[in-house]
Amino acid sequence: MNNILVMPMIIPLLTGILLVFLRPYVLVQRVFSLVSIAATVAVSVTILNLIQSDGILRLDFGGWLPPYGISFVADSFSMLLVLTTAIVTGILLIYAFSSIGRAHENMFFYPFVFFLIAGVNGSFLTGDLFNLFVCFEVMLLSSYVLITLGGRKVQLVESIKYIAINVLSSWFFLVGIAYLYGTVGTLNMAHLSVRIAEVGQGSLLTVISIIFLIVFSLKSGLLLYFWLPGSYSAPPTVVAALFGALLTKVGIYAMFRVFTLIFYHEPGVTHLMIGIMAAITMIGGSIGAIAYNDIRKIVSYNVVIAVGFILVGLAVSTEVAIQGSIYYLIHDMIIKALLFLIAGTMIYLTGTARIQNMSGLIRNYPLLGWLFFITMLSLAGIPPLSGFIGKVYVGQGAIEAGAFVLLAIAFLSSIFVLYSLLRIFLNCFWGETIINEDDDVPLKKGMLIPMVLFGILTIALGVGAEGLAPYVTDAAHTLMNPKIYIDAVLNSDS
Amino acid sequence: METLITILVGVLVTVAVYLLLSKSLVRVILGTAILSHAVHLLLMTMGRLKKGAVPLLGENAESYTDALPQALILTAIVISFAVTSFLLVLAYRTYKETGSDNLDALRGFKDE
Repeated sequence: MNNILVMPMIIPLLTGILLVFLRPYVLVQRVFSLVSIAATVAVSVTILNLIQSDGILRLDFGGWLPPYGISFVADSFSMLLVLTTAIVTGILLIYAFSSIGRAHENMFFYPFVFFLIAGVNGSFLTGDLFNLFVCFEVMLLSSYVLITLGGRKVQLVESIKYIAINVLSSWFFLVGIAYLYGTVGTLNMAHLSVRIAEVGQGSLLTVISIIFLIVFSLKSGLLLYFWLPGSYSAPPTVVAALFGALLTKVGIYAMFRVFTLIFYHEPGVTHLMIGIMAAITMIGGSIGAIAYNDIRKIVSYNVVIAVGFILVGLAVSTEVAIQGSIYYLIHDMIIKALLFLIAGTMIYLTGTARIQNMSGLIRNYPLLGWLFFITMLSLAGIPPLSGFIGKVYVGQGAIEAGAFVLLAIAFLSSIFVLYSLLRIFLNCFWGETIINEDDDVPLKKGMLIPMVLFGILTIALGVGAEGLAPYVTDAAHTLMNPKIYIDAVLNSDS
Repeated sequence: METLITILVGVLVTVAVYLLLSKSLVRVILGTAILSHAVHLLLMTMGRLKKGAVPLLGENAESYTDALPQALILTAIVISFAVTSFLLVLAYRTYKETGSDNLDALRGFKDE
């Protein structure tokens, strides 16, 4: 029992409600949101360190002991993601201050960002499958609002697709929950794990697990990513960055949780399927990333490739590979936010999204150009930057498990990532400067600072990976040994 | 009884899929509504259907209904209600903006 666990969800929720009433006072809204996100970061760091000393923490709501009540469970894996979410959102909020515009700020933009964060953090922390569904819905409903806010024609049409596909995946989620409840009679994740281990994961349960695989694949964009590039290129830059950094990651988290804790008995079926899907995702994403000339599309397909890459770690399921996936997950949340911000800023500066209409930007905006260069290297996995360590560990895990085909595709996809971004770099930043100094749009400080912060973060994460290592090792260890999680949830004396 | 309801769920899903695949936006929204009702019924069936028993149990109740699926359905209904109302407003806005509720006409943009 530890009440601090509820804070990462309750702080954003209360902030969101409060901000609804502060609608006309934009400045107050900004100050409140920064203070509240800073508080969330502080609480997350505290919990993360508490876990290192006390083990997995649990909070039973209303004093109902698991498996009867709903509980929040925090292990290193979920807290690392909560912490990264809070940091990324904080920096994105700074970017929003100077880019999103008065109309958005007056129309409940900040409250819905906070409701989104509440849903995301709730999904990371919950220990109950149905509660996971509810938190998903909180997150999705806020994302529906954020994607349509502004009401441009593209946004409206893309959001219809986005909502329809998510309603369908929520439907599958409920079907999966119904079948699972009908079969084993519980929805607490730890309890599910125990019961499934007792009765054995027969063919019926494997089929149910595949329903969950479909659900989380739709959410995270694993193989079923056809909706993703369109939806992520419609909303304003900062919303797209928020989606690209956070939303798919929640699906990935759920997949890791479910397939390491509950359905881990039949890796020959489920994990093989994840592996094949990850491979096709990386291939499809690579083709998409080099096929388009629209910078938003290229960036969105890069999200798809990363999803495939992270799930290679789950597919091979060795402790080292899982560690790699966790490193890469954290890295990807930061770097995708940065990538979307840079792409959006380029569109803002030039007024076009097509890469052949931009040229020589590095002369006009040198810092932006170098930031893009760093992002590119980091995504490709060049050593001192944050992408490197994740790739090494995933690769090492794949070799240990003998998954050489998957390994080859994973590393080939890195080359495609590099090529797709190099195309942007060569086309847009190099070449003849076509904007002369008199009519170039000034790059606002408020836009540049958050991007520089992300840049520093990706370098810090690469250089300081050693400092993160104990947390990641613990997270991977817990994921690979479900018994630790189960013991922490189901012992009633703590 | 369970079999009967399960067949009903199947019929509802069939209707919903038919509506979802149609071109009119309003029909698609009705399709999502029916789809979620189908799964609510499925959830209820999964808790076993018993007649005449109450969910609350005393120490020595002979027969009782599982209350959990009903709690789940209640939550799911509220959520699907919210999503459906949001979709309806969105459809209205889209119709006002584009002058069409035909999904074929909404495809593709010249300015992209």
